[in-house]
Amino acid sequence: MTTESHVHHPNYVKIWAILVLLLAVSVLGSMSHVREVVLIAAFGIAIVKAYLVAKNFMHINVEKRWVPYLLVVCLLFIFILFAGVSPDVMKQSGLHWSKNPTNVEAQSAPNAPVKHE
Amino acid sequence: MSASAKPIANTRSVTGIPTARLITWWVIASEIVIFGGLLAAYIMHRIGHPEWAEAASHTNTWAGAFNTLVLLTSSLCAVSAHKAADAMDGPRAAKLLRLTALGGLLFLTIKGFEWTKDIHEGFVISSGGFWSFYYVLAGLHGLHVLAGMIIMLIVASDAAKNQELQRVECIGLYWHFVDIVWIFLFPLLYIAR
Repeated sequence: MTTESHVHHPNYVKIWAILVLLLAVSVLGSMSHVREVVLIAAFGIAIVKAYLVAKNFMHINVEKRWVPYLLVVCLLFIFILFAGVSPDVMKQSGLHWSKNPTNVEAQSAPNAPVKHE
Repeated sequence: MSASAKPIANTRSVTGIPTARLITWWVIASEIVIFGGLLAAYIMHRIGHPEWAEAASHTNTWAGAFNTLVLLTSSLCAVSAHKAADAMDGPRAAKLLRLTALGGLLFLTIKGFEWTKDIHEGFVISSGGFWSFYYVLAGLHGLHVLAGMIIMLIVASDAAKNQELQRVECIGLYWHFVDIVWIFLFPLLYIAR
């Protein structure tokens, strides 16, 4: 048994060739010594490749509208996680907090006498 | 087996799409949270620890790139199997699914050689933050590749007899998702240094 086809099948070999070309560009770009070029080659192209796979191989563009919404909501949760946690991980200190406990003491009581041991 | 005796996943589509495909999308949604959470954790730690660049420089970009090529090619086979299943050509779909699984095996073999080399050089999961993420991310992804291969071979054995052809698309969706995860793992672990 099979369900009736809900998709139009494009030329998959052509899409695969584009993906391979993008892979080659990202590898060549990674050899650059310019940081921005490496980042664009790595992550910009990864986003384009993922879009091509999702659209043409997974046919997400012809799926019921709520399917992409469901996936986008899951991605949104990840961004919320990142936004909420990343300052604690990526920064050494912030407003009224520091990863170094001695700095916190110094900030909370700037005029407190310094202990000499 | 009559159509009425088939599992509900094959026959019901109250949401507008067949339930089997619906379940696959839910699996993919949950996988987005699993891999997304790990990737987000890796990215924030990587930005917070510029010194990890030295550890990342030991990964083999060419091996990663070749594995990307292998997975992209296996995805082409999977979607071609879906096309064959839509044309009710079960034997061809089965052949293409087995080819896809072979791509997965090649991927895992290359990964195995890569890990063996890394471990021999002293880079193990406890060697530092970067290596912990490297082994967990690539290892979890490898487990998904292995699971996909096993399911794909089971689906192929039915498809070869022109049975349960709707499953070809479902396992294909899962495989493409695994491919997308690697598309992001490759630059994160092999390019960004």
